[in-house]
Amino acid sequence: MPIQRGVSLYSFQNETFQGKMTLEDCIRTCAEMGAKGIEIIGEQTFWGWPEVGVEDAAVAEWHQLIAKYDCVPVSHDFMLDYKRYKGREMPFEEQVASVRKDIEFGARLGMKYIRALVSIAPEVLVAAAPYAEEKGIKILIEVHAPLHFDHPWIIRHAEAFEKSGSDALGFLPDMGMFLHAFPPVWKEKFLRIGVPQNIADYIEKAYADRVLSEYVILNVQQMGGVGPAIGMAETLRHNAAFEPKRMLDYMPRIHNVHGKFYEMTADYVEPSIPYDEIVKVLQQGGYEGYICSEYEGNRWIEDFMEPDSVEQVRRQQVMLASLLGEPAPQLRAAA
Amino acid sequence: MMDNKMIVEGSLETSDKGFAFYGRLPYYRGLGLSMIEDIQITVDGDLIPRADVRFHVRGKTYTLDQMETVYDDRWNFGEKAKIIAMKAGGLPEGDHKIEFAVRMRVSYLPFVPTTKDTKVLALAA
Repeated sequence: MPIQRGVSLYSFQNETFQGKMTLEDCIRTCAEMGAKGIEIIGEQTFWGWPEVGVEDAAVAEWHQLIAKYDCVPVSHDFMLDYKRYKGREMPFEEQVASVRKDIEFGARLGMKYIRALVSIAPEVLVAAAPYAEEKGIKILIEVHAPLHFDHPWIIRHAEAFEKSGSDALGFLPDMGMFLHAFPPVWKEKFLRIGVPQNIADYIEKAYADRVLSEYVILNVQQMGGVGPAIGMAETLRHNAAFEPKRMLDYMPRIHNVHGKFYEMTADYVEPSIPYDEIVKVLQQGGYEGYICSEYEGNRWIEDFMEPDSVEQVRRQQVMLASLLGEPAPQLRAAA
Repeated sequence: MMDNKMIVEGSLETSDKGFAFYGRLPYYRGLGLSMIEDIQITVDGDLIPRADVRFHVRGKTYTLDQMETVYDDRWNFGEKAKIIAMKAGGLPEGDHKIEFAVRMRVSYLPFVPTTKDTKVLALAA
């Protein structure tokens, strides 16, 4: 099966937050772009989840919309608030029980996968795996910058997954870890909040030269940088240009991909993330799942303009369709 | 994210007991109430004491101390909660500068974020 296109409705958060797009608008928009795989953050899309619960009527509406637009439920991204109680971490058994609830919710929504955040301990996921198997769900831990496939924490997860013998445990890499250039929308935001041009230029260049973040931070201090200038340099602690080919060792456990992007230009280019190389590596590894658009540029531009998330996602879908050898999806969805 | 959309425009109201406006949590998923650590309101530069802040959503009203142990209710994504400041006499008509800050405990973040919005809201006669 070739790689398929999908969208995480996270991408439309600026619109859904303000009530400018309904769930139906989101799903129709994805379908019109030929992006039939739908990923959600359960508690963003369904009010009440997880503390209050979600009524059957809301789940029925979800299935009706998925059917109406001929889409496919892909992933319910869950959170597991292990800091729910002030001053003490949620006990292990309760964490496992919480994951089981999300497995159940994912199954109610017809999802193939549920996404676990990377800070969750591998033991919790291993303990929940038998129930996931029973429900036909895979639990995928999101490998997200600053973590990456060679990081000891991820290796520990991989080892625990292998030892468990369960195929209900896997990975969901976020393409933001392959940040090959400093995103222009980040630089522009830092300039707007007062970073001097020479410092912003230096940080962008130092990123391109792959200088260690700690050196860049020190140099910015010595250039007289304070406040937002240090903040801009510190983004290098949390982001790096890891290599897409590092995914190859883990392909049997990679079942979903976050097509993270910060900006799509009018000529269908993501200036900071090398999607051409990423798609080649995924194809080489025999990947058969979805790449789900995950637009995260909104927060970098909302201080001076209203984000147009639909247009941004459309451009990324045009790019992905082209890289995957599909005919270009035509339209700009009617808003 | 969405910090500049926390205070809902045009929502300021007053009574003899205090004033209120609608507020949204600037976060991409909403949060269980026990993880809302603090809500700070200032009006025209004056801070409302924590004990005088109330949070009202879907018919229920909580003090900030009560919210810390509420495990069965949420401030949902994009949901407009009524943020109430107890202040005898309320506010006079005219423009008021409202600052609204929320500190939340987010399990996966290696810090405790505080988000903030400031808007001038008009109170009609």
